[in-house]
Formats: sequence, C-alpha cells, structure tokens
Amino acid sequence: MIAAQLPALQIVIPLLGAVLTAMMRRGSWAWAVALAVSWTMPLIAGSLLMQVLSTGPISYALGGWNPPWGIEYRIDALNGFVLVLVSLIGAVIMPYARVSVEKEIAPKKQAWFYTMYLLCLCGLLGITITNDAFNAFVFLEVSSLSTYALIALGRDRRALLAAYQYLILGTIGATLYVIGVGLLYTMTGTLNLSDIAGRLDGVENIRPILAALAFLTVGISLKLALFPLHVWLPNAYAYAPSVATAFLAATATKVAVYLLLRYYFSVFGVTFVFETLPVSTILLTLSLAAMFGASIVAVFQDDVKRMLAYSSVAQIGYITLGIALANQTGLTGGIVHLFNHALMKGALFLVIGAVFFRIGSVKLDDLAGLGRRMPITMGAFVIAGLSIIGTPGTAGFISKWYLALGALEQGSWWLVLLLVASSFISIVYIGRVVEVTWFRPVGKMVAGAREPPTSMLIPSLILVAATIYFGFDTTMTAGVAEKAAEALLGANR
Amino acid sequence: MIGFEDIVAHYNHWITVFLMVSGLYIVVARGNMVKKLIGLSIFQTSVYLLFISAGKILGGTAPIISEDYQVYSNPLPHVLILTAIVVGVATLSLGLALVVRINEAYGTIEEDEIFAEDEQ
Repeated sequence: MIAAQLPALQIVIPLLGAVLTAMMRRGSWAWAVALAVSWTMPLIAGSLLMQVLSTGPISYALGGWNPPWGIEYRIDALNGFVLVLVSLIGAVIMPYARVSVEKEIAPKKQAWFYTMYLLCLCGLLGITITNDAFNAFVFLEVSSLSTYALIALGRDRRALLAAYQYLILGTIGATLYVIGVGLLYTMTGTLNLSDIAGRLDGVENIRPILAALAFLTVGISLKLALFPLHVWLPNAYAYAPSVATAFLAATATKVAVYLLLRYYFSVFGVTFVFETLPVSTILLTLSLAAMFGASIVAVFQDDVKRMLAYSSVAQIGYITLGIALANQTGLTGGIVHLFNHALMKGALFLVIGAVFFRIGSVKLDDLAGLGRRMPITMGAFVIAGLSIIGTPGTAGFISKWYLALGALEQGSWWLVLLLVASSFISIVYIGRVVEVTWFRPVGKMVAGAREPPTSMLIPSLILVAATIYFGFDTTMTAGVAEKAAEALLGANR
Repeated sequence: MIGFEDIVAHYNHWITVFLMVSGLYIVVARGNMVKKLIGLSIFQTSVYLLFISAGKILGGTAPIISEDYQVYSNPLPHVLILTAIVVGVATLSLGLALVVRINEAYGTIEEDEIFAEDEQ
C-alpha cells in the first residue's frame, strides 16, 4: 500500500517537514525534524532505485490523474540514481549541520535555515523525479528560491550580494527554461516529457523546436554553472554558511546536469541533438574551457572555499565533457563523475566547514600548520583532494578513466592528454593547501585549534571513506551509470 | 522575406520579444538593484504573454461544457501562468528583501558603489 506511494512521499515528506520547521522557534527542534526527514529520504530513494533496477521504470500518476494529462512522476535508472545521490548527501550532512549552524547562524534564524534546507531538498528531489516539464520548472524555482535564502544566511555581508547576484542570474536561467518549455508546448500540445518526445517527430516546422532547444540549453546551463555561465557560483559558495555550501556544491548543480541529460537524450533524442546540430562541439569547447580556465583561476585563490568553488566549475566541465562525447563509455563517465564529484566536493566543503568552526577563517594564509593540530580533518582533506586530482584508488580516478576511454572510443586521443593536463592543474591548487597545512610551522591562528566535534568529523569521514570505497567497488556507481547511459542512448530516435 | 502581414499577424509575439529583450537590457544595463529587479519582472512578464497568447483561439469561448459552444480557448496556459505569476511574485519579494538587507549592510544599492566598498 505505502510502497505504491513512495514516489509522492519522496516529495511530500520534505515539504511537510519544511512547513513543520517553519513553525518552530528553536533551532534544535527544527534540526531534529530536518534530521528525521533527511534520514527517511535515502530509504525511499534507495527502495525506488532497487525496484527500478529489478522491474524497470516506475510511473506514478500524481493525484490519480493519468499521464499525459496529470503530472507523472517517472523513475528510471538515471533519475533513481540521482535521487539516491541527493538524498544520501542530504542525510549525511544533517548530523553535521547542528553544531555548524549553531556557530554560524544567529539563534533566531536557525529554524529558518532548516526550513530552507528542506525546501531546497524537496525542490531538488522534485526536479529529479518529475516527468512533467512545467512541474520541473516549479520545483526548480522552489529549490532556487530556498537556495538564495540559504546563501543570504551567511555571516559576511558579501553573502547578501552573492545571493542577489545568484537570484538575478538564476531567475534569468529559470525564465529561459520556461520559454523553452512554452515553445515545446505550443508545438506539441503536451507537457509530459515522454509525450513530448513521442510527438516531436510529427512536428513539421522545426524552427520553434530549435529555439526551444537553445532556450532550454542556456537556461539549464546557467543553473548547472557551465562555463562561462558560472559567474554566480564562486561568490555564492564562498559566502554561504558551510553546511549550505557543502549541500549545494554536492547536489544543486548535479540535478541541473540531470535535467540537461533528460532533455538532450530522452526528449530531443541523440540523433537530433548530437548529429544534426553542433551541440557536441559547443559543449566540448565549453567543457575544456571550464576544465582549464576555472582550474587556473582556482590556483590563484587565497580563500580555500572560493578555490574549491572554482574547482567545482572545472569538475562540472568533466561531467559536461561526458555528455558531449555522447557515446556509451563517455556518458557513463559523465554520470559516474556526477556521483563521485558530489561525494568528494561534499567531503571537501564539510572539512573546510569544520576548519572554519575551529579557527574562524578559511584564508589560506591563516591555515599554516593546521595539519599538526587537526590531523584527522586535514588528512580527510588530503584524501578527498587526491580524489579531485584523480589518483588511482579513489572515486575520481574511476570517472576520469571512463571519460578517457570514451574519448579514445571517439578517436580523440588529444582529449585524453587534455584530461591529464587539467588534472595536473588540480594537483597545483590542492597541493597549495596541503603544503600550507602540513609543511609550514604552526601559525598563530591555528595554535589553539583542535579536532572538531565528533558530529562534524564523522559525516566528513563517511564521505571521504565513500570516495575511497567507490574507487575500488564500482558496481554501485559505474554499474548503475552504465545502465542509465544505455537507457539514454537506447532511446535513440 | 517576412511580409508586413506576417508581422501584423504575429503581433503578440513581437510584443513578447520586445518585453523580453527590454527586460533583459534593463537587468544588464542598470546598476541600481531595484531597477534590475524591475527589469527582471518585465522579462518574466513577457513569458506570461508567450504562454497565454498561444492558448487563445480566435472566436473561442471560455472552456465551459455547453451545447451552444464548440470552439473554446485552451485553459491550461492560464493555469500554468497563474503558477508562474506566483513564482514571479515570490522571486520579486525575495529580491526586494535582499536589496533592503544590502542597503542596511552597505548603505547603498548601486552596484558600482558596493563593489568599490568591498574592495577597500
């Protein structure tokens, strides 16, 4: 009975949780509710994914209105995978949140923080689960609006500016998205994504479809921070509260990538997007620009959070590179990297949040000798950093391996060289932090520092352990991603 | 070639495009944060028109089941846009709230002045 309603519960529970926390005054109560909600989410997402993997895609008619008239929630290997990712990250971060939020956010606003967190979670899960173009827009705005508020909760006044700038760009992105949906709707008369896909073949006048593709691409690219549409990201990540940064960096851009995948492969179709249009070339160029441009900028940052934010832009380049390759292996690489990057970037931002908790700064110069005072925390940073670089034995290596194989499959050996070259740049920026924290004498800011509370340490270590685990056992990640890529390319029309 | 009649026949789209582009221009060209938000609202409004005008059928009535009427307009875009308007209002109010907080923190809402202040 309940099992049949799981797709709806995935969305309804965080939404109700958000309402509940909004009525609470005390941060610790709101935290308890948020914890209960965010720990339920992976259970639901996990059982949905298991069901999909054993019996095929699930279709859920919301409110009993059958698709294509009603809103359909549809879960297949790809979005089941993304659901698991988002809900897992949400669950791992929550125990960490309490101490960090108590330190960084004024007592009066703590309950609101959890409300926004749950709304954001609800929006992100909603975008992923829905098979309705307009419903996805609504969830996109639910997650975006709560994200703006989350960023604005940062202590620094520049957080307000970052939130405002993201609001402007994010709204432009969402509006471009909805224009694209409008054009598709006027041409096909339906909002159900599978239904649109089925009817596109019958459309004779192709120009509005091309316009729709362009609007959707640019709109979603703004959300996923594709170079050069990433300008909102570094400030937003740098000034948001630590918990919010870790959560957003690990999930928000990934969900936007998922949406792009959905439109390219399931709605427009591989043939239309990648064979008749130069989308592949454009994406490839922008991905490479992100991998090099953003990595080089990251090298020159003094603020570790900002550095990691630029590194995120570069890593998103790897994911879109996988999409641009558009073959089985490359796409698998892109989807695996979506998962792996979420783990390692989540881990890095959690570690940096713990550093901020103890010494109140994330400026690189203030961190001298931190490895001696917080060896476990900074050890976690080193391991997650190695994964960003793509060292064998970590999750980051697996995804780059697939990407390289995908590039070779296409005959672009030069792309493999570029992949390796951009990894070298990441050695430089991760190396800078390692050098300052481990090989310099203990600075005066660091002198009194010690390991963060267990509730902060354990979530960080779980994510770090996961980056190592998924570097060896890839059945969960690459196995599912392979299936998802197969399904995406199999919808070949 | 696009003839004069084509332009007139699609006048709703021309208005949409005009609003869309002028809204975006205001967002890009103005440094005042409230003005930027006004531009953003105009930009969003253009989308309302894009949806609504596509749903209108000439000579169509409201979608009421009755023997007397055969042709009716598509009600779905109205419902969608009702939602989009709510989203627009939420965005605008959040944006204005942020501008108020920015004004409290910086004492100005001109972008160049704020950047100058941050660089000090």
